This record gives sequence, structure tokens and C-alpha cells, in this order.
Amino acid sequence: MRKTRVHWLYLAPALFFLTMYLIYPSIRTIILSFYGPRSQNFVGFHNYITAFTSPSMLVAFRNNLLWVLVFTFFNVGLGLVLAVLLDRVRYEVLVKSIVFLPMAISYVAAGVIWKFMYAYRPTYAAQIGLLNAIVVALGGKPIGWLIERPWINNLALIAVGVWVWTGFCTVVISAAYKGIPKEMLEAARIDGANEWQVFWRITIPYLKSTLAMVTTTMIVFVLKVFDIVYIMTNGAYDTEVIANRMYKEMFLYQNYGLASAIAVVLFVLIVPFSLINIRRFRAQEAVR
Amino acid sequence: MRKYALLAVAVLVLGGMAFAKGSISIMVVWSGTELEAFQKVVGAFEDKTGIDVKVESVGRDLPTVLVTRFEAGNPPDLAAMPNPGQMAEFVARGGLVPVEGFVDLSQHPKAFVDLATVGDHVYGIFISADLKSLVWYNPDALYAEGLAPADSWDELMYITETLASRGKVPWAIGLESGAASGWPGTDWIEDIMLRTAGPELYDKWVAHEIPWTHPAVKRAFELFGAIVRNEDYVYGGTTGALSINFGDSPAVLWDEPPGAYLHRQATFIKSFIANAHPELDLDRDVAFFVFPPIDPKWGTPLLGAGDLISAFRDTPEVEAFLKYLASAEAQSIWCGALGKLAINVNVDPSIYPDALTAQAAEILKGAKIFRFDASDLMPAAVGSGAFWTGVLDYVSGVDLDTVLENIESAAQEAYGG
Repeated sequence: MRKTRVHWLYLAPALFFLTMYLIYPSIRTIILSFYGPRSQNFVGFHNYITAFTSPSMLVAFRNNLLWVLVFTFFNVGLGLVLAVLLDRVRYEVLVKSIVFLPMAISYVAAGVIWKFMYAYRPTYAAQIGLLNAIVVALGGKPIGWLIERPWINNLALIAVGVWVWTGFCTVVISAAYKGIPKEMLEAARIDGANEWQVFWRITIPYLKSTLAMVTTTMIVFVLKVFDIVYIMTNGAYDTEVIANRMYKEMFLYQNYGLASAIAVVLFVLIVPFSLINIRRFRAQEAVR
Repeated sequence: MRKYALLAVAVLVLGGMAFAKGSISIMVVWSGTELEAFQKVVGAFEDKTGIDVKVESVGRDLPTVLVTRFEAGNPPDLAAMPNPGQMAEFVARGGLVPVEGFVDLSQHPKAFVDLATVGDHVYGIFISADLKSLVWYNPDALYAEGLAPADSWDELMYITETLASRGKVPWAIGLESGAASGWPGTDWIEDIMLRTAGPELYDKWVAHEIPWTHPAVKRAFELFGAIVRNEDYVYGGTTGALSINFGDSPAVLWDEPPGAYLHRQATFIKSFIANAHPELDLDRDVAFFVFPPIDPKWGTPLLGAGDLISAFRDTPEVEAFLKYLASAEAQSIWCGALGKLAINVNVDPSIYPDALTAQAAEILKGAKIFRFDASDLMPAAVGSGAFWTGVLDYVSGVDLDTVLENIESAAQEAYGG
């Protein structure tokens, strides 16, 4: 009997902060999502209908899907390739440091830097953007990297995200890779397995849980993508993403109802991936 | 006799004290150098009259703060109105004092008096304005081509076509402006709209009393498109117009050889030109003409923004202050310090920092019709959202009907709520 009371006491601070900073705002957001722009009149599912039918939101859904697929694939893929290949070279630490360096840069700064990289000037003027300078030097015509829809500009934005996050994936996967018992790899090679077989039959299965963790983490990150898009195109030319739309509706257009509805939609999209992550984490803890 | 004299002195002193005690409050949007300049204006008034003026600077939150204070029954004595539309809303709720009874408006161009008029009364005075309807050019370069400033749309298109036929690029247009990209294009469309549809339809468009799919709106986009969507007419073509920052864009007019010849932009662009080309003598090498009329019926309306002051209370002190703000004296201090354009026609042109500003002020004096930047008057979801994106989409090649329908659907949501 006394026990139960004491554990409530221990839990109280955590519960208090969880309620204040997580549960209360979530419930409030859900309530607001059923109200009009100024949160005064009840509008039912109107905001959700807008969130799922307005042209800009449809574009945002498509782009978020594109981000999830391309961003996650390249980050985890490049991270894995770099982790495995760099393990065999002497200058591993140097390269890993360079790849990891962009992690230290904020998304906003990365956006500004890459805006210079992608800068466009006409054929008859001096190019001030590195990419177009290369294109022109090779005899091509300058490309509007951030303007050509629907693929070039979206991929150009995703490339910035990959540039920032590959380092993180490389370091995490590399740490797990170094945990593979060397005897196992050696034994496989002695038994006649080629590098390709070693990679697919030993490395990948061994890294499975790490890869799954990195992948779900990347998905959760990328569903919320905002800064890069906001800084570089602000969603123009069909590069809109859900979080940028939410920001606009909330802070620029002061449509609190629609902004809350979009926030709830984003929340619902992220929850399953967070759950997967938590479940996997628990499973790992149980093994330990 | 002495007793009476003493009494008279006492009355005068007391009266004077009562007068000196008179204080008024004004809520303004300005901060930084603008606030400093306004304090100078206020200081001269305080020295002259002994009335204490409390300036309350609330920055960009002014619309919200002002409405809240008004609804709470505690508005300031005077306030800078965000725009004529908001002023009219306060008038409709019975909040503002008509000023024509005590302010001499004969020294203000009719266009600005009209803009502050609701029904039969004038509810505010303009102390300054900015002018957007200007086409900038490099006189040496334009005259070297045997061309001169345009007085009509046909002439403007003639210059455009002639330059293009000689393999030159007529226009420098830059629509990039970070998260606000697209606004320079909205200014183009507003200027064209004023000249093709007239001020009344323009006002209806702002109030969303006509849809975005209205033929007049469509025509304004098409006339803009005739220039901006022609790859030969714009520096860098459409991709150039979309990629190049509005501030960087005019610099090519003064390159050797010129990258372009014409640039439509507000008065403030002067400082960007001076920064990009410090070697220029602004009075000699840089010039502008007024964005020319299109439909002769509507003449040459001017587009811009203005600083409008209205009063919530009618007291002798408020009246004295408004009279003062309307005067050439107050506006000379304000505009001399900031390079803004004065409204009072008796302001001496020599107060302006340079000949270009004085010339713009001269243009403003002759204004028959003046309108505020429409995108600033629309709900943000349209004026700072769908309209901006719509311009970018249109320039990048999206079909005009689709663009206008998109803006219209955003407008229905924004004006409806």
C-alpha cells in the first residue's frame, strides 16, 4: 500500500513535465484543429478536408514521400557504403571527420551555403554558383537548380539534406560494423566466401538492427523537414513540404485551425515510425 | 488695477500650466532610425507648444496591439494606421475623428486626401509616402541605343522589341527574395492592374469582391507575362528572373556593356544600385521615368505605400498635433531625415538627400490617383502567400488559369474566415 504512494511521488516531477509540455499541448492542438482560423468557431472536419485536398498540401504530401524515399535511401546507403569501405583504409578517421563535418552546420546555414552552390546566372554572364560554373565549363547551359520542376529542384534540396546527414549515418553504422567479430569474417573468407557474399551474408544481417534504427530515425527526421526548404525555396515551384506549410499557416497566415490540423496529420504520420524505434530499442534492451 | 493685473497673471500662469500639462499619446510602428526621425518631429512640436507627446513604438505588432487596445476602450489619442483599409474599419466602428474641420488639407494632393476619405469625411493625414511605379534606366546606355523614356505602354513595348531585335536584353527583373520571393512580380501586376482596370476595380480586387479569375486580373497577368515570360526580353530569361535576387537584379544596367536597359522598382532600389556600383554619380548616371499609362482612360495612377496618422480622440492638443503633422515644417524634418517623399506640396525639394528623391517627390505631388500596394492590403494567406507563389508559378511556365484558380481557392479560404 505504502509502496504505490511512494512511486507516485517519484513519478510526479516527470509526469508534471510530460503533462505540461507534451500531453497538454497535443490535446490543445487537436482541439484547435477543429476550430476556425482564430480558434473561435467550431468548423468540424473542415481543416482536415483542406489539409487533404488543397493543391499545395497535395504537393507537400508528394514531396514528403519523395524526401522519405530518396533522403533515407541515400543517407543509409551512403552511410553503409562509407562505413564498410572506410574500414579498410588508413585515412579512415580523416575521411569520416570530413563527412561528419556538415553535421556541425545548422540546416539554415547549409541552406544558405547551397543556395550559393546552386546560384544561376545567364549563359552570357559570369557564373557565381559552383555547380553551374562546372556545367558551363563542360560546355553546357546553366541550370536553374532550384527552379526546374518537378525533379531537379526537389532532388537539389534533398541533396543538401543528404550532405548534412550522411556523416551521422556513417558514424553510427561504422561503430556497429566494428562490432562484428573479426573471427567470423575471417572464418567466412577462409571457407571461400567472396567479399560480396561476406557483405550480404554476414555484414548486413549483423548490422540489421542498427540499419533499422538509423532508417527509422532518418524517416522521423525527414518527415519533419522544414529549414532547408524554407531557406532555399520556401516551397515555391512545387517544392512545398508539410512542415513548411504548417509554419506558413501558423505564423504567416495566422490560420491556427488549419496549422493545427496539419500538425496533427504530421504527428500521426510520425507516430508509427517512433513506435517502431521504441519497440526495437526495448527488444535490444531485453537482449542485454 | 494692480489686483486685476495680478489676477490676470495668475490666470495666464495657471492657464499656461494647464496647457503645458496637456499631453497626448501616439502609437507608431516605427523603430530605429525611423523612430529617431519621428522623435525629432515630435521634439520640434513640444518645444513650440509645450504639449507633451508620448510616442509609443510597438513595431510590427501595431495592427494587433491597436485593435486590442481599441476593443478594450483604451486606444491611444493618435495612431499610425497600417493602411487605409484598416483606417476604414476603425471608422466603421465609430472610432476615428474627422480631421477636415481643423487641418488645412489644401496643401495635400487630392489623391492622398481621397485615400483617407470614408464617406463625406477625412479621417487621417498622410505625412509621407513611398513610390513604386518607377522604371529605372541608365541614361547613357538607353540614349546610346537611340531610345528615350516611354510615355505610353506602346512606347515601352517598342523599346522592348527594338532592343530585343538588336540582340540586346531590354529588362532586368529579379523576383527572388528569400522566403518572400515573388513580391516584385506582384508590384508589376498591381501597377498594370491600376492602369488597365482603374482604381475602383483595383479596390474591389483588394477586397476580393471580384474573383482572381476575373478578366481584368487575367489581363494584368498577361501583360506582365508578355514581358517576363519572353526569354529574349529578360536578363537570364524566366530562370534568370526567378533566380536573381531583386536587390542584385538592377546592377547589370550599369555593367559595361549593359546587361539590360530597364528595371521597374520602387524608390528604395537606389541604395542597392549605389552599393553595386559605388563609382556612379547617382544624379547623372541613374534615372527613372514613371511606369507609363496603358489604358488612356485611367491615366498614370501611382502605386506605393504611405504613412497615415489618425486620431481616436478629439482634444485641442490632438488637433494642434495633427495640424502640425500635416504642415510642411513637420514633413520637412521627417522626410529630410529619412529620404521619404513628403505629401505637403509646400515642402522645399532641397530637404531631400539627392536629386532622384526630389524628382520622385515631384512626381508624387502631381498624383491624380494613388493606391497602396495591393498585396500588403490582402490577408497574408493571399497577399504574402498565394499571390507571391502564383507569380512565381506563372513566370516559371504554369498555365495562367491554373495559377489564378489556385490563388482564388486560397482567397476563398482566407477572406471567408
